[in-house]
Amino acid sequence: MSVDSRFLMLPETGNRMRFTLDDKPVTAPVGVTLAAALLAHSGDWTRQTAQGTSRTAFCMMGVCFDCLVEVDGTPNTQACMTPLREGMIVRRQVGLPALKGGQNG
Amino acid sequence: MQQRTPEITIVGGGIVGLSVALGLLLAGSRVRVLDGADSDARASQGNFGLVWGQGKGWNFAPYANWTMDALDAWPSFAQKLQELSGINVALVQSGGYEFFTDPTEMECFKAELDQQAGYLGRRASYEMLNGDDLRSQLPDVGAKVVGASFSPRDGHVNPLRFLRALRCAVQAMGGRVTMGATVAAITPQPGGGFALARADGEVTHTEQVVLCAGLGATTLARNLGFITQVKPQLGELLITEKLGSRLPFLSSTIRQVDEGGVQIGGTKADAGFDDHESLAAIAGLARHAVTVFPALADVRVIRAWGALRVMSPDGYPVYAKSAAHPGAFLVTCHSGVTLAPLHASVLAHWILNTSPTPDLEAFDECRFALSHAA
Repeated sequence: MSVDSRFLMLPETGNRMRFTLDDKPVTAPVGVTLAAALLAHSGDWTRQTAQGTSRTAFCMMGVCFDCLVEVDGTPNTQACMTPLREGMIVRRQVGLPALKGGQNG
Repeated sequence: MQQRTPEITIVGGGIVGLSVALGLLLAGSRVRVLDGADSDARASQGNFGLVWGQGKGWNFAPYANWTMDALDAWPSFAQKLQELSGINVALVQSGGYEFFTDPTEMECFKAELDQQAGYLGRRASYEMLNGDDLRSQLPDVGAKVVGASFSPRDGHVNPLRFLRALRCAVQAMGGRVTMGATVAAITPQPGGGFALARADGEVTHTEQVVLCAGLGATTLARNLGFITQVKPQLGELLITEKLGSRLPFLSSTIRQVDEGGVQIGGTKADAGFDDHESLAAIAGLARHAVTVFPALADVRVIRAWGALRVMSPDGYPVYAKSAAHPGAFLVTCHSGVTLAPLHASVLAHWILNTSPTPDLEAFDECRFALSHAA
C-alpha cells in the first residue's frame, strides 16, 4: 500500500479515531465514513472483484458496491455506508465471500 | 420500396413469444415479433429460471408428459441457443429438492408425485427423503426441515441471460424483433390475413398471428374469439449478494444463480396487476430460506421484487387455434422457461400444421368452454 491518496480532508477538528487496515494501525478524523477514511489513507485498492480486478470506493452513496470491505469479520460491508468506529478491524476484500456449508468455499 | 408481408407475426417478445418465433424460424418461416412497452407486466423479466418437472401435471397427464418431454429436450436446446446466440444460458439439470417443515404437507406432495409418476410410467423418477436421510446428503440443512422430495430431472437456467439468448437467436435466424410495438387491435381481413394496428398508429398486415403476450393478450384474444381468460398471480422474490461458494442444492424456492447470488422465491398471491413486493412476504421468504439452510442468515439481501405469473383457469398451458379466424393462434402458459424447448420445436409444427401433434389437443381451450363461456 504505497499509493498516495489524492483526496484532501477538510480542516481537522483535532479528534481522530483509530482502526486497523489489514492489521496495520490507521487513524482518521472523527465523523467520517469508513470509505472516506480509506480514500484519505491511501490511493490503493480496497477490494478485488471475483475476476481479480482492483477497485475502491466510487459513488460514496451506497449504489456502486465498489467499496466492499470486511469489517470486524463481516465481508461485503459497504464502507461508504459505514460510519467509522474506534477500533474497527478492517480488511481489504479479495473475491466473493464464502458461504458456510457451501461447496468450493 | 417493396414491402413483403411477414408470413407470421408473433405478438409478445417475452420468453414464450421468442421461443415460438425461434421454432417457426428453424422450420423455415418468415417471422416478425412485436414486443410491447417496457412498463408491461413482463413475467420474462421477473421469473425464477427453473427448468422444473416435480409435481407438474400431477392431476393432468398430458401436462405431466409434456413437461417431461421438455426436460429431455433442454440440453440440446441450450446447445442450439449457444450456437445461434453465442450466449451460455447456464443450464444445470443436476436434480432439485422440495423441502418440507410440515409432515402433512410432505405427505400431500408425495401423493401428488405418486399420481404424477402413474402418468409418467417408467419416465418417473423421484424419491422422498426423511430429515435424517436428507441431512446425511446435505449436512447443513436446518433441523426444522422434516424431509424433502428429490427429482434428479429438475434444474435451472439464468433467466435473464436466457431471455437475451432467445432474442439474439431469433435475430440470428433472420427474425425481426420490434420493441415498443404495442399491438392495440387485430382485425381479420376479408381475404384472409390480419391487420395489426399498433398503439403508435402504425398498421401492418400479416398472414398469420400468434398471440404470446401473456397478461397483455387478454383483450386481443377476446376480440379474436378466444375464450381463455388468463389471470395474474403475484410472486415475490429476493436475491442476495454474490457468494464465492456454491449452495450445495437446488430447490423450487432457493437457487443460486451461476453468478453467485442466491435467489429466493415462491410466494403466490392474488393482487390483480399490482406487482409490488411487500416487506411481510419478503421477510417470510428470508425466514423460509434460513430455516432450510441456516448459514444463509449471514448473507445480505440485495434486492427484492414482485412479478406476475400468467395463470390460465386451470394452470395448464393453452395452445389454441381460432376456429372463427383461421391463422390466429393463442399460446399462453405459466412455465415458459421449462417448456421453451417444445415451444421452439413441436409447437412450431403445430402452428404450421406440418406434423401430426395429437398430444396438443389436450391443451386446447375447449376445456374451458363449459365453466368459462362468455
